Amino acid sequence: MLYREAGQFKATYAEDSQIFPIRQDKIGFWLLMLVFGVAVPLLTNEYWLKAILIPVLIFSLAAIGLNILTGYAGQLSLGSAAFMAVGAFAAYNFILRIEGMPFLLALVLAGLTAAAVGILFGLPSLRIKGFYLAVATLAAQFFIVWALVKFPWFSNNSSSGVVTAQDVTILGYTFVSPEAKYVLTFLIVSFMALLAKNMVRSSTGRAWMAVRDMDVAAQVIGFRLMRTKLLAFAVSSFYCGVAGALYAYTYIGTVEPEGFNLDLSFKILFMIIIGGVGSIMGSFLGAAFIVLLPIFLDNVVPAIFGDALGAGFVSNFQLIVFGGLIIFFLIVEPHGLARLWQIAKEKLRLWPFPH
Amino acid sequence: MQFFIEVLVGGLLSGVMYALVALGFVLIYKASGVFNFAQGAMVFFAALTFVGFQEVLPGWLGLEADSSAVFWLAFLLAFVAMIVLGIATERIVLRPLVNQPHITLFMATIGLTYVVEGIAQMVWGANVRGLDLGIVDEPIAWLMDNYEIGVSKFDLFAAGVAASLVALLAILFQYTKVGRALRAVADDHQAALSIGIPLQTIWRVVWAVAGFVALVAGMIWGARNGVQFALTFTALKALPVLILGGFTSVPGAIIGGLIIGASEKLAEVYVGPFVGGGIEGWFPYMLALAFLLVRPEGLFGEKHIDRV
Repeated sequence: MLYREAGQFKATYAEDSQIFPIRQDKIGFWLLMLVFGVAVPLLTNEYWLKAILIPVLIFSLAAIGLNILTGYAGQLSLGSAAFMAVGAFAAYNFILRIEGMPFLLALVLAGLTAAAVGILFGLPSLRIKGFYLAVATLAAQFFIVWALVKFPWFSNNSSSGVVTAQDVTILGYTFVSPEAKYVLTFLIVSFMALLAKNMVRSSTGRAWMAVRDMDVAAQVIGFRLMRTKLLAFAVSSFYCGVAGALYAYTYIGTVEPEGFNLDLSFKILFMIIIGGVGSIMGSFLGAAFIVLLPIFLDNVVPAIFGDALGAGFVSNFQLIVFGGLIIFFLIVEPHGLARLWQIAKEKLRLWPFPH
Repeated sequence: MQFFIEVLVGGLLSGVMYALVALGFVLIYKASGVFNFAQGAMVFFAALTFVGFQEVLPGWLGLEADSSAVFWLAFLLAFVAMIVLGIATERIVLRPLVNQPHITLFMATIGLTYVVEGIAQMVWGANVRGLDLGIVDEPIAWLMDNYEIGVSKFDLFAAGVAASLVALLAILFQYTKVGRALRAVADDHQAALSIGIPLQTIWRVVWAVAGFVALVAGMIWGARNGVQFALTFTALKALPVLILGGFTSVPGAIIGGLIIGASEKLAEVYVGPFVGGGIEGWFPYMLALAFLLVRPEGLFGEKHIDRV
């Protein structure tokens, strides 16, 4: 059977509103899930899991968060790393201070804390937009990192605010090995990605897009601006918060507030620009691209140019490549890698009889 | 009281330095509607290029390292570098993005920031360098003796430079042909095009002028804190200045700078001790944020009316 809807009939509403209307897509999706959920942790080594796969998943989650806010609701934010910091430190404190706090509950609470902070910093969006809002989110970025450093309570009085994440234990099982941590991250991220996908397909997502395209018009036809915008900030910060908590607990283990700096915020922004603004799948592609690119350059640049240029050259070269790619994508394909994938699918739909 | 005045004056003068950076933003925003996030990187690039030429020129030309010829030649070469950078930006980044949403252009300038920072450090290295303008950073003796208020000569010099730069720009905008064309473009791109103003030339001129402003700002900041990567972060402080003053107003940039500089220093001295200090880092942003809630278009910005 060819790759297209023709011949694949839908008789119920449920069938009509499924994410993958074409059977081949569905099969492909489940194959992908099997590969990354079962085969990858069994077959790859520790380096791949720790240095590539887990960070890609976590940054995908953060990118989904930013994509909800910027891609769907149209509110540019330069403070996503700060909300990740809130999530990481909230999870740390919940587990530290409440006896017998289950990890998953702590994760949810961390997300909710980040969401509350997000709503607070989202309030100006009701009055301002565009560049002004982008600068306003910088306030969140600098203030939150400062507060986490300055008030030792957040980091349990550790000097310089460095905290070490506790063991992750769910129902008596402790996640120690990278494989176990990877599977846990994978399950959480897939679940939340599915949730996000459905959210943006529902009336909530349509309200966001209406506000993004023109908020005055959206208000005129009856969307409640305040609710819609603040909901976008809350959901986005929730995702960033959970990503931050995972970042601390399943990725690096030891975090400090300064690690969640403006650079990280920009990185997440780059992920959604390169992956695709307003696309859940784009968040994954962008995260993978941004995580893999430095590793690729680290290995390739010295191989081509030799070691004579030194480490400084490679890091500067990386800066240039990063920036250049952003400009390139904005000019050539503003909808990012996700759009390329879509074009490929549309071509495939007509193949082999394009006329 | 003396202490208060000293803090206030110090703050106002450091505000002038923020205003210098903010000026570059305003110029480009006015003329092309691009919010140029890379202005901070341009400041860094300009300062580094200047210092770099100062280092290599004596060797190339066999001049004394501290002669004024080297200084002015380095200044000239750095200015040429900024012009080249401006033209390249116009050609490579802005021209293909004409008629894109403003937010896209903004994100493109974030990319540009990385490129400029990377190139600057690749060419000149990432070491912290000193920059000597020949003005010492010490209190003015007369004020110190008579009123016991310490005001740095250097800060005063910076304020003087900023003031003359603003005057120069005002003359350029008000009385020259290029300036008139600039204002026309700022008003309405299409109308300006239709009466025969070459848009792309104007943009190149604006980027070159913004490059010049960045060079001056970079030299002053560099002489203050050393030419180093942290300059790009200092330049970020210009953003709340812009919000306060409004994106489209040159006087707004100056007054916004003064307000931010003064309030940040006063807050650090009088409020800082209660919360553990270090609030300079975020206070300007919070102030700008609070201000936006009351006046979303800034002090002097144009009021924006949305129509469906």
